[in-house]
Amino acid sequence: MTRSRRLEVGFGALVMLALTCFVGPLLRSRPPAADPARAALLPPGSRATEIVLDDGRALVSPRVAMTGDTVVVGGPLRDTELPRRRVTAMRPVRFPLGSDRFGRDVLDQLMTGGRISLSVASLGALVALLVGTGVGLAAATGGRLVDALLMRMVDAVLAFPVLFLLILIAALARPGPLVLVAILGLTSWMGLARLVRGQVLSLRGRTFVLAARAAGCSPTRIWRRHYLPNLAGPLSQDTALRLGDLVLAEATLSYLGLGIPASIPTWGAMVAQGHRVMIEGWWLATFAGLAIAFLVISLALIGDGLQDRLA
Amino acid sequence: MRRLIVRRLALLVPMVWLVATLTFIVVAAAPGTYADVVDHPGLTTDQRQAIRDRYGLDQPLLSQYLHWLGSVATGDLGVSFVYKEPVSRLLARALPPTLLLGGAALLLDLVLGLAAAVAAVRRPRGWFDRVTTILGLGVYGLPSFWIAGLAVLLFAVLLGWFPASHMRSVGADELSFLARLADLVRHLVLPAACLGLVAAAGTARYLRSTLLDVRGERYILAARARGLSERRVLWVHTLRPALLPVVTLLGLSLPVLVSGSVVIESIFSWPGMGLTLLQAAHARDVPVIMGITMVGAVAVLLGNLTADVLYAVVDPRAREESR
Repeated sequence: MTRSRRLEVGFGALVMLALTCFVGPLLRSRPPAADPARAALLPPGSRATEIVLDDGRALVSPRVAMTGDTVVVGGPLRDTELPRRRVTAMRPVRFPLGSDRFGRDVLDQLMTGGRISLSVASLGALVALLVGTGVGLAAATGGRLVDALLMRMVDAVLAFPVLFLLILIAALARPGPLVLVAILGLTSWMGLARLVRGQVLSLRGRTFVLAARAAGCSPTRIWRRHYLPNLAGPLSQDTALRLGDLVLAEATLSYLGLGIPASIPTWGAMVAQGHRVMIEGWWLATFAGLAIAFLVISLALIGDGLQDRLA
Repeated sequence: MRRLIVRRLALLVPMVWLVATLTFIVVAAAPGTYADVVDHPGLTTDQRQAIRDRYGLDQPLLSQYLHWLGSVATGDLGVSFVYKEPVSRLLARALPPTLLLGGAALLLDLVLGLAAAVAAVRRPRGWFDRVTTILGLGVYGLPSFWIAGLAVLLFAVLLGWFPASHMRSVGADELSFLARLADLVRHLVLPAACLGLVAAAGTARYLRSTLLDVRGERYILAARARGLSERRVLWVHTLRPALLPVVTLLGLSLPVLVSGSVVIESIFSWPGMGLTLLQAAHARDVPVIMGITMVGAVAVLLGNLTADVLYAVVDPRAREESR
């Protein structure tokens, strides 16, 4: 992979992942119902039959046989025999990436988890971008006192190891998705604030800004034509790298059981579940870990690629 | 130089106060107190109230805060709600394991990261460079808890080479000194390797690009033109300037060294600062939370200061600016 292609490769991978997670579920047939008794920990590629009963319950089992008027649904300990008239629907289902401990389809869980990872990380990055840019601009343009105050505040927040602070808040508050976004954003804006402040201060002294001022350009025009385009590059590179950190932070919190509530599948929680059944169900932690790595690496490639372009 | 150090040290106290106050606000904003979350079957409402009275959890926040501030000012970090033990003693017990784990990981990080980067730039885009770049990117992208889980499965469960968790075996106190040391090292290998490997991937990535930048400098060309051996050019003329930023990375890694890795410590049940913080947060053990964040904050601030000072020591240009 040559250096200059990193941006394209990373961006392509990211788009592919986003499409899989957001559009993929629409293209697939409905995932099989969760049947913890009969379909738990089926290996990747398993085929099974989903049977819907007249009371709305669904049974999923890899072994289903029909003898005359009874349907025999295979279970791990004993088989269930049902009269045929109770079965209202029957269809073959597949578990392309296996099933988890609760009989849920891993591929479906991965797509749901991916939607959460992508949304939480991008919203968190957006919060960080807004707060960081705001504080950085205020510090750069607000006079010496404001600058000193804000920068000391940045130092103070930076004085927490970030993951430390995240885990502390998450352990104390057990956040919902929106609170998690706020926490992730509010613990990762400090670098951006410094970056924006530094960039604005150095741009202010550059000759093309002085020239624009001397030529009588309005402040709005200088901001729009000179500051913003020069800020956009470093900001987008910083955000690409920050997104990777946020994905990892969200996964870490979920892994520790501190993130999104356990009823919603996230990649980190899937790895945690997989670690408990490593021997019987290697595929759980493996696929979830690979999904995280795929996302983080594509973001890192985008960051590197942007850096190459800007340098 | 001295002025820089004095000024930054003077800022240490107000900064730690600010961090501690922020922590207090976070803890106060969280739902529930120790009296609500303490898990003990058959605890009556009256007894919970007694706990509240005893630790002053019912008092207004401001007076709780002032009370805490007053005792910290006299050097008293308070008593843990859970362990009924002075926080300072708790910290003194949790710090050595974290320092040991962090130190071993840092050593591995530097040695492995340096070796990989130097070997890779000997022949840029050669097979070794490509393999380490891809491996490094993979390790960088994989979460550390995933790598730790795989390591436990492989080396602890399947192969049985190393213990899966904790810092010492049951009954290790009975052993001789040397056997106890061997026991400790066996327990240290997996967590330190997981922590160090992930960090080494970052170090190698960073150092590789710095080394490549330096290789393009004209003084490298000049060194080659003087007929110096390729080995000398690499190890002396290229590595030395490239190591400057790594020296500052050393200072910046101090906080991780002291506050520990919460994830690795909780996976391996390593009795250090990170695990203690996690448990204290779950139990709403306010004095312990405050104590650990303050130690963590001091470590970060001292680490930043060390980084700046080291940079000024090794780079004369920075020395001029910081005067």
